[in-house]
Amino acid sequence: MITLHRFIKFVVASTVLLIAAGGMVTSTDSGLAVPDWPNTYGQFMFSFPLEKMVGGIFYEHGHRMIASTVGFLTIILAVWTWKADPRRWVRWLGVTALGAVILQGLLGGITVLLLLPAPVSIGHAGLAQLFFCLTISLALVTSPGWTKAQTAVDDPTLRCVAVATTAMVYFQIILGATMRHIEAGMAIPDFPFAFGHLVPPFWNAGVAVHFAHRVGAILVTAAILATAGHVWFHHRTRRELVRPATLLALLVMTQVTLGAFVIWSGLQPIINTAHVVNGALVLATSLVLTLRSYRCGFSEVTAAPAARARREVAARERATALSRRERDARTAALGGGDPSAVGLVGPREHQEKLTSKPRTSSVLH
Amino acid sequence: MQLSKLRLGLALSLAALFSWGCGGGEPSTVAMKTPPPDAKRVDESVAGIVGGRVTYEGAVPENAPINLESDPACVRQNPNGLKLDTFLVNNGGLDNVFVYVKDGLGNYYFDAPATPVTLDQKGCNYSPHVFGVRTGQSLEIVNSDPTLHNVNAMAHVNQSFNLAQAIQGMKNAKVFTAPEVMVRIKCDVHSWMTAYAGVLSHPYFAVTASGGTFELKNLPAGTYTIEAWHEKLGTQAQSVTLAAKETKNISFSFKVTAP
Repeated sequence: MITLHRFIKFVVASTVLLIAAGGMVTSTDSGLAVPDWPNTYGQFMFSFPLEKMVGGIFYEHGHRMIASTVGFLTIILAVWTWKADPRRWVRWLGVTALGAVILQGLLGGITVLLLLPAPVSIGHAGLAQLFFCLTISLALVTSPGWTKAQTAVDDPTLRCVAVATTAMVYFQIILGATMRHIEAGMAIPDFPFAFGHLVPPFWNAGVAVHFAHRVGAILVTAAILATAGHVWFHHRTRRELVRPATLLALLVMTQVTLGAFVIWSGLQPIINTAHVVNGALVLATSLVLTLRSYRCGFSEVTAAPAARARREVAARERATALSRRERDARTAALGGGDPSAVGLVGPREHQEKLTSKPRTSSVLH
Repeated sequence: MQLSKLRLGLALSLAALFSWGCGGGEPSTVAMKTPPPDAKRVDESVAGIVGGRVTYEGAVPENAPINLESDPACVRQNPNGLKLDTFLVNNGGLDNVFVYVKDGLGNYYFDAPATPVTLDQKGCNYSPHVFGVRTGQSLEIVNSDPTLHNVNAMAHVNQSFNLAQAIQGMKNAKVFTAPEVMVRIKCDVHSWMTAYAGVLSHPYFAVTASGGTFELKNLPAGTYTIEAWHEKLGTQAQSVTLAAKETKNISFSFKVTAP
C-alpha cells in the first residue's frame, strides 16, 4: 500500500509538470505549432526526431509527450489501485482518473484539429484541474496518515467553508482559463487599478472576464483566509489541518503576487505559467483540507466508529448537563451565585459552557 | 459475429470522429462562379487610374530585432540577424500598406485570375509580408526553408486553416471564398512570422512599395471609398470621384498615435 501511495505521489508530480507544460504552450502561443493530431507533422508521435522540436513545436510536442507519459502512468495507477486497495470507492476513483485522462487527451487533440475554439480549450483546462484533483485525492486516501488515522475532526462549519473555498478556487481557475483562451490577459493592462480606475471605465467581453477574474481573486483570498483562520482558531492542535491551511494561505498570497507580475511583465511566459501552476496547487491544497475535514465520515470503515464517537460525545454532554443541574441545585441551596466562583465547576467545564467548541471524534480504523 | 459488429462500430465511430476533426478544410480549387444576370464588365478603354502615396509623419519606430535562437536553422539562414518589417519607411513613404477600393464598385463582376498568388516561407520569414489575393484565386504556399513551418490562417469570414509543412520545397494551395481584409497568417513554430492577406472579389488593390507608392489601374468612372490599411497604424479612408480616362492622385498620411 505504501508503494502504491508513493507511485501515486509520482503521478501527482508528473501531473504538475504536465500542467506547467500546458501553461507554457498557451503562454508561448504554441497551441497550433503542430497542426496534426495524433501524429506530429505526419510522423508517429513517439518517433518524431528531437532535433525537429524547434520553436513552438518544443512546447506543443513536449506537452503531448508528457501527457502521453502521464496517461501511461495513470493506466498503471488504475490497475494497481484496483488490485491493491481493498476499498471499492478508491478502486473506482482510480478508474475515474483513467477515464478523465483519456477524455483529456481527446479534448487536447480535438482542440488542435478545430483550431483552438475557446469552449474546447477551456474544457481542456478545466478537465486538467479535475484530473489533478483526482490524483491528489488518490494520493491522500492511500497515505498512511489517512488509512491509519486514529482520530478525525468532526466540524460541520469547517466542512462547509472548506467545500465553498475549493469550489470558489475551481471557478476562479475556470475564469482564468476563459480569460487566457479568449486572449483577454491584457484586456486590463494596469494593476492594481483598471485603466487608472477602481472599476473599468468601459466594458467589452475581454474586460468583463478579466475584471471578474480580479474580483474573483479577492473573494477567493477572503474565503481562504476565513477557512485558514477557522482552522488556526478552532483546530490549532490538529497538524493535518493546520499544515494545509497555512500552506493554502501562503499559496494564495503567492498567487495574487504572481497575478500582479503577469500584468506588469506583459504576460511573460514563465511568470504566466507559474501563475497557472500555483493556481493548481492552491486548488489541490484546498481539496486536501476539504477531504480531511470530511475524514470522520468518509468511508464505511470509518463512518460507524465516527458515528459511535459522536454518540459517545453526546452522551457525555448529557451527563455533564445532568451533573451541572445537580450542582446548580446545590449552589442555589447554598445561596446562589456563579457555580465556578465556589469551586463547583472546573475551568474547562466553565469554558465549555461559555463557548460552543467544534468536536473531535475518535476514529477507530 | 458479435465481435465483428463491435469492430465495425468502433471503426465507424473513429472514422466519424476523425472526419469531424479533420474536416472543414478549404478545397484547393473551387468551381467558377457564374456572374449574376445584371453583372457589368469594365470597359478598360475608358477606365481611369487612382494612384498616390502613403507617407509617415514623425520619428519612425525601431523595428524590434527577432530572437531566432529557438530554431538553429533560422540562425544559420540569417547570419546578420533579422528584424520585424512592421515599419518600412523610405524617403517618408510607408511601405507594406494595403490600399484598396472598399466601396463603390456596384455590380461590376470580375473573373478570378487563373494564376496563383505565392506566399513563400524563406529565411524564416514570409515573403511577401502583406499581399492581396482574389476570391476564388489559388494561394500557393511554399516552404523554401530547411525547417518545419505551420501555416495558420486566422480568418474570421473565410474558413481558417492550419497546414503542416515539414519538408523543404513543400507546397499547398488554398482558396479564399469571401472578401476579407485582412486575414492574418502566422507560424506558431516561429512566433515572429506573420503575414497579412487582403482578400477581395475585385482587382483594385495594391501594396505600397518603393517609398509608399501605389496605383489602382483600370478603374471605371465612379465615386469610390479608398482605404489604406497598416498592420499597426490602423486604417484611413477617403472618397474619390473618378471620371472616364482620368488619372487621380491621392495621399494618405499615417503617424503613431499616443497610447
